[in-house]
Amino acid sequence: MSTSAPEHAPALLTGWGRTAPTRATLLAPREPADVAPALAASNGRGLIARGLGRAYGDAAQNAGGMVIDTTGLDALRAFDAERGVIRVGAGLSLGGLARLALPHGWFSPVMPGTSHVTLGGALAADVHGKNHHADGAFSAHVEAFELVTPDGAQRTVTRADDPELFAATAGGMGLTGVVTELTVRLARVESDRMVVDTERARDLDDVMDRMEREDARYRHSVAWIDCLERRRLGRAVLIRGNHATAEQAAGGGRAAYAPGRALSVPPGLPGGLLNAASVRAFNELYYRRAPRAERGRLEPLDAFFHPLDGVRDWNRLYGPRGLLQYQCVVPFGADSVLRSILERLSGERRPAFLAVLKRFGPGHGMLSFPAPGWTLAVDLPAGDPTLVAVLDDFDREVAEAGGRIYLAKDSRVRPERLAAMYPELPRWRAVRDAVDPERRLRSDLSRRLGL
Amino acid sequence: MKDALGRVESVLILGGGSEIGLATARALVARGTRRVVLAARAPERLEAEAAALRGAGAEVALEAWDATGVDGQEAAIGRLFDRHGDLDVVLAAAGVLDGSPAEVIGTNFLGLAAALAPAGERLRAQGHGTLVVLSSVAGERARRSNYLYGSSKAGLDAFAQGLGDALEGSGARVLVVRPGFVRTKMTAGLEPAPLATTPERVAGAIVTGLARGSHTVWVPGPVRWVMSVLRHLPRPLFRRLDL
Repeated sequence: MSTSAPEHAPALLTGWGRTAPTRATLLAPREPADVAPALAASNGRGLIARGLGRAYGDAAQNAGGMVIDTTGLDALRAFDAERGVIRVGAGLSLGGLARLALPHGWFSPVMPGTSHVTLGGALAADVHGKNHHADGAFSAHVEAFELVTPDGAQRTVTRADDPELFAATAGGMGLTGVVTELTVRLARVESDRMVVDTERARDLDDVMDRMEREDARYRHSVAWIDCLERRRLGRAVLIRGNHATAEQAAGGGRAAYAPGRALSVPPGLPGGLLNAASVRAFNELYYRRAPRAERGRLEPLDAFFHPLDGVRDWNRLYGPRGLLQYQCVVPFGADSVLRSILERLSGERRPAFLAVLKRFGPGHGMLSFPAPGWTLAVDLPAGDPTLVAVLDDFDREVAEAGGRIYLAKDSRVRPERLAAMYPELPRWRAVRDAVDPERRLRSDLSRRLGL
Repeated sequence: MKDALGRVESVLILGGGSEIGLATARALVARGTRRVVLAARAPERLEAEAAALRGAGAEVALEAWDATGVDGQEAAIGRLFDRHGDLDVVLAAAGVLDGSPAEVIGTNFLGLAAALAPAGERLRAQGHGTLVVLSSVAGERARRSNYLYGSSKAGLDAFAQGLGDALEGSGARVLVVRPGFVRTKMTAGLEPAPLATTPERVAGAIVTGLARGSHTVWVPGPVRWVMSVLRHLPRPLFRRLDL
């Protein structure tokens, strides 16, 4: 039991995109035992867990209700350095996990574009990394988790004992309970370096062709696409790599995960800095700077996995109206949807920052985003009202092709699109209704989408 | 919930029969709003408008509500929120142009302020939402030809600004809309002032203001500068103007 009551504080919360702020009472539990009383005390407006606030939209905010800040629940409970299995608090970040594990020769099994994601958030959004085609999403590496459900019970959930609750919680956006601890199977690494191949691809066909033919040789693969290039639609920088063996990394560094000091973007920047001209110039520079073809470069883990973590608060660059990220996946064979999206973005000169393209393997949870196919993610300034129609059109094309958008990134999809995008929604609702009949778990996302 | 691009899911219009109110409802529904509550003194007269909004894809509820008078406003607003749940936007569009002091001040200022204060508290409790208050350029400086109307809007405008400041940090906000001369039934027969506008333009400015998270919008934009000059004219000069 905790020795003192957790603190309550009112707070205006947004996601990483800094759009649509709403107010909630923030509660910072110090012990997993503090969570059940908070759930019991939640008023008619419910409660949702929040980690490091990296979901772009409204997934971890709860207007007029309670929000549990889980970052205090980061205790290390057990670490089997032989088997590479670790049991830790859900508030530990993936960066923190890497710091604990790397000296013992282990690494996070999945690393998204930022290390500032809690393990609880990684399960709730079932995050993916550049290795999805090889290793699947985060939940595939979770052996068990502790879930405090709205009835106040704490359950140990495993795939074997409660497959439905497991699959509803993986990607369930925190709406089946509050995850307090996770048991995660780590990935074996021999060094703290990556062996990286970088090459330029002249257009979308070229980059997709290379990824299809060669991705099997790489554990990690991602392409950065220039969305503003019109003549050679989809020109890209393809970056792929594997963990360096001890031999390859010889002389290359300490066995520690220690990202360098981050630069910081000051608050209060005006909107409009990232416009079609500045973004185009950046994209051009990025493309030209990349080597035409470079093999076997040794890179530190943080530089390879999350270059943007080197700039703290980079979301402030978008000014007061913030940004959104459009991320969709379409099945293999529906590439024409991606082409159509890129054509529209470049044709209308939308200031889309470098987009990310990668290939997904099979998915896991009922509401997990990844599904076999191509995923494309694009950052856009949210201050432009004309985006409404553009993104609605993208949603229609994506849904009609059997694809979906990523709820952890979403801040604007129409509720009526969800059923087509997530065919397992009825099954997920059945599990949720059983575990939370009174709807004590709520977020602005769940309200907006009528989940 | 409001989304990242400022699109709202639900709207309550106090003064649902107002032309600006209905034009705003149509503009919002065209942009994706799916729940509309029209609150008016005679809601039964709004069936045709409701049917049109339903045809455009919205769920529409008609409610009886009277802007006149102070008594009972808190209970009436409470009932509207209890029946319709979270509301992303509450638009105060009720108002009269002329009549007795009791009618003009009683509706445009007293009745609306008595309704909007509890509405602001409901938005505060839900932690999000925007109160859109239809003020008028007439509130910037009362003119002899319609000082009752002007002073009622001046009161409403000051009330709305104060409420907006009081709600700072609550997740709820206030958008004050100051149109110039709007061609409507209410102004039929009057000589249109320069820079006259339409209910549709006012509605468009409200939709943009919501998307941008503005606290004040002038319609059309330039009336702001005209009123700024008028407001600062010395009294003897102001009296000589035919206003």
